[in-house]
Amino acid sequence: MNRMSLPEKLAVNKYELDEGHPHIEVKAEICNAICKTKACLFVCPVGVYSEQEGKVVADWAGCVECGTCKAACPTEALVWEYPRGGFGIIYRYG
Amino acid sequence: MEEKFDVIIVGAGLAGSAAAYKLAKEGLEVVLVERGPYPGSKNLSGGVLYGRVLEKLIPEYWKEAPVERYITNQIISFMSENASFNIDFRSQVFNEQPYNAFSVLRGKFDRWLGEQAEQAGAMLVPGIKVDRVIVENGRAVGIAAGDEEMGADVIILADGANSFLAQQLGLRGRFNPAHLAVGVKELIGLPRETIEERFRLSGNEGVAYGLVGFATRGVAGGGFLYTNQESISIGLVMHLDELIETGLRPAEVIEDFLAHPSIAPLIRGGKLLEYGAHLVPEGGLAMMPRLYMDGLLVVGDAAGLSVNNGFVVRGMDLAIGSGIAAAEAVLEAKKKNDFSVQTLGVYQRLMAESFVLKDMQTYAGAPDFMKNERLYKVYPEFLASLMTAIYQHEGVPKQHLLPMVMQSLKNSHLSLLALAQDGLKGVRSL
Ligand SMILES: Cc1cc2nc3c(=O)[nH]c(=O)nc-3n(C[C@H](O)[C@H](O)[C@H](O)COP(=O)(O)OP(=O)(O)OC[C@H]3O[C@@H](n4cnc5c(N)ncnc54)[C@H](O)[C@@H]3O)c2cc1C
Ligand code: SF4
Ligand code: SF4
Repeated sequence: MNRMSLPEKLAVNKYELDEGHPHIEVKAEICNAICKTKACLFVCPVGVYSEQEGKVVADWAGCVECGTCKAACPTEALVWEYPRGGFGIIYRYG
Repeated sequence: MEEKFDVIIVGAGLAGSAAAYKLAKEGLEVVLVERGPYPGSKNLSGGVLYGRVLEKLIPEYWKEAPVERYITNQIISFMSENASFNIDFRSQVFNEQPYNAFSVLRGKFDRWLGEQAEQAGAMLVPGIKVDRVIVENGRAVGIAAGDEEMGADVIILADGANSFLAQQLGLRGRFNPAHLAVGVKELIGLPRETIEERFRLSGNEGVAYGLVGFATRGVAGGGFLYTNQESISIGLVMHLDELIETGLRPAEVIEDFLAHPSIAPLIRGGKLLEYGAHLVPEGGLAMMPRLYMDGLLVVGDAAGLSVNNGFVVRGMDLAIGSGIAAAEAVLEAKKKNDFSVQTLGVYQRLMAESFVLKDMQTYAGAPDFMKNERLYKVYPEFLASLMTAIYQHEGVPKQHLLPMVMQSLKNSHLSLLALAQDGLKGVRSL
């Protein structure tokens, strides 16, 4: 198989985007004040999190709702819930 | 609350739909609520279903259900960076009815089981996320979704590994990353004939690989590769605590895994059809929440029911088994018209008597055994070093096997004592 980048892989997936209703919120003040691991930046299998101008941000559209980030986050900085019913990743195969 | 039913089930995965099917068959009013647009749309497995338990619920299910291939060939592979040592087991016993195991794709399979529950009389409500369980005087009495509420005698939580609802109710605490693993999976499309030739399969036979070692770059867990009719399910399961420690990125680890010289030829020419990820509850009995309270039962992944010993990941069969046990407990409670823990508690006993908790007990040592890093780092290197020594002929006189084994042990920093210990532990916990 040809090597593909992560965004190329995600482009194959089917999503029902809930525009204007992010299901992830990062309280970046908490991250910067107390987080030692910043685990969300690397554990997320689809690379939702990145640091922009010193703040952790979530590009939530590609999220596959596994919950890994929430389980790995050592603080209360991550406000994470499932998208509204019917929205988000739609596995055709699973 | 405007409406009241016998049972509300949250989550139409295999656990929820199995319970709904059985309860609806017995004539109860069952509502099955699912946050995805259809059952299976949020669910992901590697995908080998050990289906004997489903046979009890739906005899000869494979004739109707969208199963992929029955697994006749099991391969255990120890991978080092550039080699792999395989144990290849193929048996005709596995292609006889009732089949031992099938590869399945949850987007199709769960949708089918949800339909079976519907046909049996359950009311399936997709596209609704349950926000909370309504509790009155310590007893679960209904669910709330947005500004809508619905009541029932019993609520069954079948909401999967994350089970935020069980957490809200205090049935379990905050997750410990040591009790969880991250599963990442790619589905790779290939023509049927290519799959059959490449893996030496006839008709609907299938192969299941369990791979340890370099697959996960030494992180506890393992890789899997399962054949479907016209695709290959391939991926990794990695313990979350070790992922956090090592700072490895799952997306990069899987990319290297796919490029490994033993894997790349198996998926050559394939086309990516889907990329997904899901948590696996790996803590065994140590992470199991309280399984019931007045008016409520917890089943499947939400109850932490899964067994992983590196080579075999099981959860689907345990999900179905627990769904059936929960349904039986509800039927008992309905008969007595008592939905308190006194009667619903029979669920714990039914589970303890069934293969579900028995297997959880049998494999109680597996989570610890899995944490042994020799399994991932040392043994694959040892086997690769030994096999290289056996087969490499460099025009110098060969040694007997024993000195080669001793040299390979030394090369991979493995002591005989450690070897004996791991052997004993392995035999006891797997
Ligand atoms: C990578 C990977 C490989 C695996 N391989 C295998 C394997 O080969 N064999 C095997 O037997 N097991 C395997 N497993 C384990 C197996 O997938 C699970 O044990 C199984 O899916 C559990 O079924 P469940 O019904 O309990 O939960 P799920 O399948 O997770 O279903 C939960 C359902 O609840 C819904 N839901 C959640 N919250 C809400 C809410 N608030 N409101 C409404 N609906 C909600 C979800 O959308 C979902 O449909 C694997 C797991 C992973 C991640
Ligand atoms: S892991 Fe949690 S606290 Fe740490 S950076 Fe990420 S969101 Fe912030
Ligand atoms: S839920 Fe999974 S996919 Fe979504 S942001 Fe968290 S880790 Fe990434």
